[in-house]
Amino acid sequence: MTVDLTRRDFLRAGAVAGAGLTLAVSLPSCAGEPAPPPGPPFTPNAWVRVGTDGAVTLVLDRSEMGQGVHTALPMLLAEELDVPWATVRVEQSGASPDYYNPLFKSMVTGGSMSVRTGWIPLREAGAKARAMLVSAAATAWAVDPSECRTANGVVSHPASRRRLKYGELAGRASTLPVPEKVTLKEARDFTIIGTAAPRLDLGDKVAGKATFGVDVRVPGMLTAVVARSPVFGGVPATWDEAAARRVPGVRQVVRIGSGIAVLADGYWAAQQGRKALNVVWNEGAAARLGSAEIRKEMETRAGRAGHLARREGTGALVAGTRVSAAYDAPYLAHACMEPMNATAHVEATRCTVWAPTQYQCGMALGGGAQEVAARITGLDPASVTVHTTFLGGGFGRRAMQDFVTDAVEASKAAGVPVQVMFSREDDIQHDFYRPPTYARFAASLDPDGLPSGLTARVVCPSIMASAFGAPKTQFDDSTVEAIANLPYAIPNLSVEAVQPDWEVPLGFWRSVGASQNGFLIESFIDELAAAAGRDPVEYRTAMLGAKPRHLGVLTLAAEKAGWGTPLPEGRARGVAVVESFSSYVAEVAEVSLNPDRSVRVHRVVAAVDCGTVVNPNGVAAQVESAIVYGLTAALHGEITIDRGRVAQSNFHDYPLLRMREMPVVEVHIVPSTEAPTGIGEPGTPPIAPAVANAVFTLTGKRLRSLPMRTVPA
Amino acid sequence: MPRFTLNGKDVSVDAPADTPLLWVLRDSLQLTGTKFGCGVGQCGACTVHIDGVAQKSCQFPLSTVEGKTIVTIEGLSPDGRHRVQEAWVAEQVPQCGYCQPGQIMRAAYLLERTPKPTDADIDEVMSENLCRCGTYQRIRRAIHRAAGEVVS
Repeated sequence: MTVDLTRRDFLRAGAVAGAGLTLAVSLPSCAGEPAPPPGPPFTPNAWVRVGTDGAVTLVLDRSEMGQGVHTALPMLLAEELDVPWATVRVEQSGASPDYYNPLFKSMVTGGSMSVRTGWIPLREAGAKARAMLVSAAATAWAVDPSECRTANGVVSHPASRRRLKYGELAGRASTLPVPEKVTLKEARDFTIIGTAAPRLDLGDKVAGKATFGVDVRVPGMLTAVVARSPVFGGVPATWDEAAARRVPGVRQVVRIGSGIAVLADGYWAAQQGRKALNVVWNEGAAARLGSAEIRKEMETRAGRAGHLARREGTGALVAGTRVSAAYDAPYLAHACMEPMNATAHVEATRCTVWAPTQYQCGMALGGGAQEVAARITGLDPASVTVHTTFLGGGFGRRAMQDFVTDAVEASKAAGVPVQVMFSREDDIQHDFYRPPTYARFAASLDPDGLPSGLTARVVCPSIMASAFGAPKTQFDDSTVEAIANLPYAIPNLSVEAVQPDWEVPLGFWRSVGASQNGFLIESFIDELAAAAGRDPVEYRTAMLGAKPRHLGVLTLAAEKAGWGTPLPEGRARGVAVVESFSSYVAEVAEVSLNPDRSVRVHRVVAAVDCGTVVNPNGVAAQVESAIVYGLTAALHGEITIDRGRVAQSNFHDYPLLRMREMPVVEVHIVPSTEAPTGIGEPGTPPIAPAVANAVFTLTGKRLRSLPMRTVPA
Repeated sequence: MPRFTLNGKDVSVDAPADTPLLWVLRDSLQLTGTKFGCGVGQCGACTVHIDGVAQKSCQFPLSTVEGKTIVTIEGLSPDGRHRVQEAWVAEQVPQCGYCQPGQIMRAAYLLERTPKPTDADIDEVMSENLCRCGTYQRIRRAIHRAAGEVVS
């Protein structure tokens, strides 16, 4: 073990731990003396706290929205700290630059980033804490730290058979400088990483005790619902405030940026008050917008050149058989099970926010909850406290802070704590949507049927322009994710991005550009295989010679799915492989048709390579989840625009996959010693093309438009 | 004021008669384990037992539960260790967890009515409840486990 001490880290330890360190009581200098009096805990960094009573608390900055970070991240800390999993306690951190993702300069949970970006820093945080506890023990025993061992929250000195529990060392360790460098464990020494450690949040979740945003209860709090313009960009012209106030339980009506907030003793009264407002809207320019116009403009724009996102060789087709096709995918809503909400209390010198948010604070994308609240209140960000609750789903929706804006504005206007609640209709109709996409592909095939040239023109509006004010003409690489990084060996290739712009707000939707582009391109590749008369797995394999990780998942998925073996009459398989968030996923779907010619998916076999696996059960759960999310979109998901409004409103017309439609899902993991890569999202992109490709094999019908409601006869 | 039995205790609630039971539970009685998902009886997040039957509490105005016996997730077991809750943990079912109180209440009802449910029984009853995290496969396994069947 190497330990280098610096003044900088010592100061950092003091800054993070705060005044507690200066009050640290000194511990007895050797074992066997009476237990120390209670003192401040040992807090060597922003993630680890060891109490003098021995309690080890791991502080987690990432938001738990189901993806399991409140289990995977403490596994990293506990591994290097050498504390037993069964005793680990976790708590959610506040908002602090201590927790900035270095890439985004923000405390944000998203982009399938948490384990990737925590892999080294969190293990180092655990290892440094452990090194300080070892130093404290070695000093107490007057031995060299290298002679000490740690296990199960105890430092031991085998030569003298002495041992001290971490809690007994907390006070002394607090006085030590934080080592600048530590040696992390070798993978072969892991005892927690790589195990299917049980999730830490399930006891509360099955008992109904977990606190989500909607469960926050603050003394004196009113519940608000907001009358929002049904047309994007509309503003209220007239409304009947007195009628709303006459509803029993309604306390206040306030104008906020997103509309008119009705504040009441509870949700039901607020809803009745909102209905009584009878708002007349100035609808604005978007009222002329409809899905037909959007579709027409996308087709028109596909006729003109766009930004060249990738070129190989000449970028043009060559002589030989030509194949061309156009594909499209619609707007989608996130539809988290917990509708959007936030609670805020604005006071003269401070503001407190309780929110199920993916973005607590930072510089990226217009700021997090803390910056949003600071701007509205005029307070310093440091005067804004952000309490992150459990998130009832996130999927990218909660990276936007519109619900925090509503709550802070309403509390500021009303002078009391306010919980803003979206109805399900608000949630579906006031989302930041997955952008629609229209793509034209063309390919030339060589004598073996392999593509000698492939051109892709992808028409898709920019999330960065819509949500974050980036210039509309600035290339947004999310529009061509999963197409620009096409892994196949194609000598002449061009990928162009065309970015139209409409008033419909856009945002990050689980797996972002790859969510639709995986369908577009992996369906087209399947068309090429069919045109070449070659097996879809064999065809892809022939083009993946230089891509061992793509090939690895494709081969494993095909093998586990029994690719090429007979199926019952009326069933067929389809395959797709997509890289996203630096992970590789191949999926084989087994489908049949229902009597009404809708698609029935019986079984999905997924193979994933996401580098080193921290928790195999967590990886499997995320891939299962991502497949259901993608299958819901593939079979049902569509948001349409009518006169500037979202036409759908609730689960009857924006249906989610139900139990009776659930296929058997198998997840197989490719063993890897590479660093961990994303896992929350990469399971989503391959499912739609795997299903569509299976439908083609079954029926000869190529479905080029999502969702796949029914297959033409 | 309407009176009913809630988790074994008699309660009376001062709220307008048209207030759905869901909001009576969450806002008047501060029992937040029962969740709001859609308000129109589509998602099942608000599932509770009314006189022993799994029902969507957003569809039951307060006036309709007078004299009824209601059990919510908070009252399913004294210690959160009902066999369904234990099976949910054993199979590591929940992800975000928001829909799970409703799923658990419906699964407990299913097992009361059908002690050894088939996959078709599970499909029929559990299709009332949506899960956006897609935990259906684990829910199915957990129900079989709670039924005392060997889970492969």
